Amino acid sequence: MMLGAVDANASTGAARATDEPLLAARGLTKRFGGVAALDDLNLDVRNGEILGLIGPNGSGKTTFFNVVTAIYSADAGTIAFDGTDITRAASPAVYHAGISRTFQRSRLSLPLSIFDNVMIGNHKRLNQGLWFNLVRRRAFTAEFKANFAEAQALVASFDPPLATRMFEPIAGLPMIDRRRIEICRALISRPKLLLLDEPSAGMTHDETQQLMENILGVRDRMAGLTIVIVEHEMAVIERITDRCVVLNFGRKIAEGAFASVAANRQVQEAYLGLQ
Amino acid sequence: MPSQLNKAAVSIIPGAGALALATLYLIAMLRVESQTTILVLLGIGAAVVVVAHWLGWLAPVALSFQERDDALARLAVVAVVAIAGYFREDHFVLLLLCTVLLYTVATLGLTIQFGYAGVLNFAGASFFGIGAYTSALFTQHTTVPHLVVLLVGGIMAALVGCLLLLPVLRTRGHYAAVVTIAFALLLKTFLEVNDVLGGPQGLKVKGLSMLGWSFNDNIEIGHLEMSFYVSYLAASLLMLIGAFVIVRRLERSWVGLNLDALRLDETAARCFGLNIVRWKVTAFLLGNFLIGAAGALYGMLVGFVQPNSYTFADSLIFVSILLLGGIGNPWGVVVATVIVVILPEKLQAIQEYRFLLYAALVMMVLLFRPEGLLPRPVRSYLPGWRP
Repeated sequence: MMLGAVDANASTGAARATDEPLLAARGLTKRFGGVAALDDLNLDVRNGEILGLIGPNGSGKTTFFNVVTAIYSADAGTIAFDGTDITRAASPAVYHAGISRTFQRSRLSLPLSIFDNVMIGNHKRLNQGLWFNLVRRRAFTAEFKANFAEAQALVASFDPPLATRMFEPIAGLPMIDRRRIEICRALISRPKLLLLDEPSAGMTHDETQQLMENILGVRDRMAGLTIVIVEHEMAVIERITDRCVVLNFGRKIAEGAFASVAANRQVQEAYLGLQ
Repeated sequence: MPSQLNKAAVSIIPGAGALALATLYLIAMLRVESQTTILVLLGIGAAVVVVAHWLGWLAPVALSFQERDDALARLAVVAVVAIAGYFREDHFVLLLLCTVLLYTVATLGLTIQFGYAGVLNFAGASFFGIGAYTSALFTQHTTVPHLVVLLVGGIMAALVGCLLLLPVLRTRGHYAAVVTIAFALLLKTFLEVNDVLGGPQGLKVKGLSMLGWSFNDNIEIGHLEMSFYVSYLAASLLMLIGAFVIVRRLERSWVGLNLDALRLDETAARCFGLNIVRWKVTAFLLGNFLIGAAGALYGMLVGFVQPNSYTFADSLIFVSILLLGGIGNPWGVVVATVIVVILPEKLQAIQEYRFLLYAALVMMVLLFRPEGLLPRPVRSYLPGWRP
């Protein structure tokens, strides 16, 4: 199954990784009718790495994210995260365990402000008690101000001008800012694992470059953050990932550093249809 | 607007001015009897709003209501007291004002349910009626203090609402609406055949009395004589203040954010840890509590309750108030209730056609101003605060 050579010391990120995988999928299968979107998939995500998940359209990359975050339930197989089994956990539990994600078609709440959207991602760190929220306004005010400062600093680390517009609705913002806010929403709760689903979709080449700088910056600031990124832009994958996994028809066909994966004959066949 | 937001403090004057004008206009409207004068007044009111909009005078008003909300709410209370003082001997006008205040409380309940959590409730009047029936039973058969009865009315509406929780949580959008419509029809039939609850004739409700003071006696202070409805107006106003504070604080908190998040995108909300069931149930029960408490006081106010007083048609009035005023904006609810309740009472010509009028109004709003007369602004957690 595993054809690409596993490159042990591909980059600095991998050097930080420990042996125990942060996320381990075993025999993971998801069928839609007769189509197996994930077919007996075994996949490890190592601590601290940036893993690129690539493959042709329909190869099961987004389905993998959706199964991990329990938007879909797996038909077979297991997912372990940080030592615990999360195969049957519901989406909120997966989030509480420390996995955050972005969506291929950005799922921000357009009428809400930038701050509101970022705070939606901070659910587990906010006091959700009805009494606290309705009656203890002084305590709420303190919590609000602390969280505002944190959210503003996070947005500013992506784009300083954006952080001056925290109470403007998302609806008027360009795509790159929406992507930034979506990533901020996923990061504000300080997850252990960040799943990025095609962050460059719908952006120009320059915007993609800027966003990738942002993502690399985040990884440097947030020690121990592990990222899985689904991406079609091979330049992006080459630039930011430590390791790649290639999917085709829901199966893993190759794994390793980008260069070795790109040289793999089966990968070339899957992408280009070479015989 | 961003440039205005950067100023040190937003002026209260545009909002206060608009409030004063609206108060005077309302007094004039409630005072005149001749149908032609009323029509002329209506024409003037509409023209003033259109011209002000045209000249861009409405934006500062909206801004000061957004940022100086707390101060303006206090002024609005003063305005209501002023209007009540002016009409202190007029039973009819005071009853009308009480109706406006209590309908506003009920539609604030719907604002929590539909405006924030996105749970449609076409049985608003039914829960209002449940509150009224509760106060009928408790005032006739028990000696429970009437203040407690109001709370019990709200709790009963919330409890009966629990029957609807399962179907409402398992259906979406239109289907949830159909479930609540079915409930409204079933409840009406149940009340009509139930002899304990008075059948089609309904029940009498005793008037509110508190600390030995009966609200149904006229008030005399020295030479000043006042209608007994003034005391009901005070009680209704207090209830509205309470409901307004609850809705305001709810919106300006993480809970309000949760409700918005689940309304706008349930899947994304779940991926960020939101327990959808918990927050939908919270919103539904809290909304029903407000509707039921308002209904309990309304029952005491009018003195009787029957199945026909709170029908599906009345639920539609509540929903049309919500759509007309601006979904999720409590100030919009206030304005829309004033229009929807007072207009048909003053314009006798249209009284029979009032449902036609509501339908036309709602359609016009949905066509030309889909966010309602006063669209809901972006949430500001601490009014007037800026980074």
